[in-house]
Amino acid sequence: MEEVASLMQGFGIALTPYNLALMFVGIVLGVIIGVLPGLGGANGVAILLPLTFTMPPTSAIIMLSCIYWGALFGGAITSILFNIPGEPWSVATTFDGHPMARNGRADEALTAAFTSSFVGALVAVIVITFLAPVIARFALQFGPAEFFSVFFLTFASFVGMGRGSAVKTIAAMALGFALAAVGMDGVTGQLRMTFGYDQLLNGFDFLIAVIGLFGIGEILSSMESGLKFQGSHAKLRLRIVLTTWKKLLAYWTTSVRSCLIGCWMGITPGGATPASFMSYGLAKRISPRGANFGKGEIEGVVAPETAAHAAGTSALLPMLTLGIPGSPTAAVLLGGLLIWGLQPGPLLFVEQKDFVWGLIASMYLGNIVGLIVVLTCVPFFAAILRVPFSIIAPVILVICAIGAYTVNNNMFDVWMMLVFGVAGYVFNKLHYPLAPLVLAIVLGDKAEESFRQSMLLSQGNLSIFWANPLVATIMSLGVLMLLWPLVSALRARSARSRSATAA
Amino acid sequence: MHFRRTMLTRSLTRVALAGAALLTGAAIPAQAWEPTKQVTFIIPAGTGGGADQMARFIQGVVGKHNLMKQPVVVINKAGGAGAEGFLEVKKSKGDAHQIIITLSNLFTTPLATGVPFNWKDMTPVAMLALDQFVLWVNSDTPYKTAKDYIEAVKAGDDKKFKMGGTGSKQEDQIITVALESVTGGKKFTYVPFAGGGAVAVQLVGKHVDSTVNNPIEAVAQWRAGALRPLCIFDDQRSTYTAKVTDAMAWSDIPTCKESGVDVDYQMLRGIFMPAGVTKEQVAFYVELFKKVRETPDWKEFMEKGAFNNTFMTGDDYAKWVEAAEKRHHGLMKSAGFLAAGK
Repeated sequence: MEEVASLMQGFGIALTPYNLALMFVGIVLGVIIGVLPGLGGANGVAILLPLTFTMPPTSAIIMLSCIYWGALFGGAITSILFNIPGEPWSVATTFDGHPMARNGRADEALTAAFTSSFVGALVAVIVITFLAPVIARFALQFGPAEFFSVFFLTFASFVGMGRGSAVKTIAAMALGFALAAVGMDGVTGQLRMTFGYDQLLNGFDFLIAVIGLFGIGEILSSMESGLKFQGSHAKLRLRIVLTTWKKLLAYWTTSVRSCLIGCWMGITPGGATPASFMSYGLAKRISPRGANFGKGEIEGVVAPETAAHAAGTSALLPMLTLGIPGSPTAAVLLGGLLIWGLQPGPLLFVEQKDFVWGLIASMYLGNIVGLIVVLTCVPFFAAILRVPFSIIAPVILVICAIGAYTVNNNMFDVWMMLVFGVAGYVFNKLHYPLAPLVLAIVLGDKAEESFRQSMLLSQGNLSIFWANPLVATIMSLGVLMLLWPLVSALRARSARSRSATAA
Repeated sequence: MHFRRTMLTRSLTRVALAGAALLTGAAIPAQAWEPTKQVTFIIPAGTGGGADQMARFIQGVVGKHNLMKQPVVVINKAGGAGAEGFLEVKKSKGDAHQIIITLSNLFTTPLATGVPFNWKDMTPVAMLALDQFVLWVNSDTPYKTAKDYIEAVKAGDDKKFKMGGTGSKQEDQIITVALESVTGGKKFTYVPFAGGGAVAVQLVGKHVDSTVNNPIEAVAQWRAGALRPLCIFDDQRSTYTAKVTDAMAWSDIPTCKESGVDVDYQMLRGIFMPAGVTKEQVAFYVELFKKVRETPDWKEFMEKGAFNNTFMTGDDYAKWVEAAEKRHHGLMKSAGFLAAGK
């Protein structure tokens, strides 16, 4: 077990008081960054990157990766409490996390989210520890067609999730695709739908849309229903962590499935956002309590959080071994590696053993430190909901506005956020689902880009999506998922007609 | 957030102190201008790319060696292939606390999209380096020289060979079109990707047949034996003679010209600031970047990325930029990439 020996050596490197202190600082900073929407892990790491140039590379990456873990943890907090996802992969957490908070179970939802994050990350680190060289090669098989098939599977596993009418779901998704298309088209290098306005050059950033649709929309709805948070009767239950853990054990199948999805998506590198959506969609399909999803089901928090963190963590593997970042934050860390004089790539594991194993050891330690930090704070986070609405609502609005501004340092985005807020409120009133809209904004342009790259490669031949076993499997799974609601509806109908004729 | 706030207070104090110094009539040399508040360093590209890495590296070097009293804040304004960043500088006429790093999109973006900006809307400060381009193939392929590869393209069907590159109608595609002048009428299928790292991995995974990656984007895969460099798009070989792989140094890669493929192209890594600034203000930044380039960190950075370490300022630099713009216009015109009215 060469890996174990290397890992132990890594622990030796990571476990100095200086590095432990950096870990703690990183986690706390990361949580703050994750809580502030718009700042985000990538921006946070980018801002702090130059500070680390004077540190030894191992200490620097320990601190920066801890910021990353912290941001991953922190993203769940605002999603659950205020329906404002701080990071793209926290969107799916809001679907059940926020309803739980409204039912007065914020502390339970937070504990479930943090614990699931930890489990997902831990499994992913174990995978990295033992399978890194084998798995790294797998990512090479991913060309544009494979990427498209993954996005297709994500969309497919998500279709039919909304409880409302299918037409409304499709309308919302189509609007999302249209919004995602605004700005620079990566394939032709032309501007689309900017109508000569410089402000639209950047397109509609996902974060602006989400902060508006979810956050501002939620506040507008709360104002209408009586100027208070529905979760305000949350009690401060200190033993909640233990009782929630007991409940979580019952959902081990969901956890295992989500870990698998997450690791796979992180390594390929599809990323944490598709992982969280896909995992949520599948859990809803498979779970016996699937019909309750969206109303505050703890399983609906476990699935996306586990997958997002498994993906977020395993995304570091393709970064280290191939130099391709699996997430925006990983992209910034990648830049950092180069500046510290380390060359990410196949040889990193051979030439920089101390660095690599120090980093992997710090992944274990960082996540444990992170879990302890955030779990001890659960009652405090939940207590935020007890602050009167008239005080907290303006604070949230201000934080949202700052967040929207920070994304591109652009005042126009703040106005866009407000427009999205009103749109979110109207959507709610008219029972149009927001999730498909957001999913399309997040993944729409990536899906389009990989589809068109595939078409360029195959000279317009669709058979490229069934050209090898890998892409064919993923595409077929996607088609199956897409047709599932139809099939089950038909089965239900034929069963009904049969029972009718029998009667 | 906290980080930014302290910087803000710090710069406010500085402004106040400077003001106090003026009032008390303290001797401030008339010529030496210095930033009085934090300097915004704009990157007209996304996080993680070549320009981003260089700008953040400079920010780190300035901080580490204390080259400037005021802090540098780096901001990415990548919208519309960088148009967002350039328009911001165009708008900030006379603001000496703003600088921008450029890549080839300084020329290509306005020409391809028609977004109204031009390098003449800004003040040239300094050329920091020129980034090289190398023709790469997967090392499992039989092509040992650029000539081998071009012959194969000539012999193959039209559009059979796939060239992966960063972005659309930008430097990688321009080079690809330039290469087509020697392939006997056979075209490449150009497939644009979002970033240089992804392009290199697509080549390792054999999803494309060749790339024109910058050295720094592909060096890791070269060292691991997955990629093979065929030629460098410069009129002379690289000056870095230290071994990168077991057998080769950057200087061992032949120029494309000596391999019979007469194409050369380098990408500007330079600094501009808004129009309407004084000579003293430009001089301050020229001095600053001179100091940056003298640090050992910079030299190491240049070698790692096999940059062409050319430094230019003043009229030389402006002339170079003007010639480069003409060249891009010509290249893009013959490729049919120009927006209407350009």
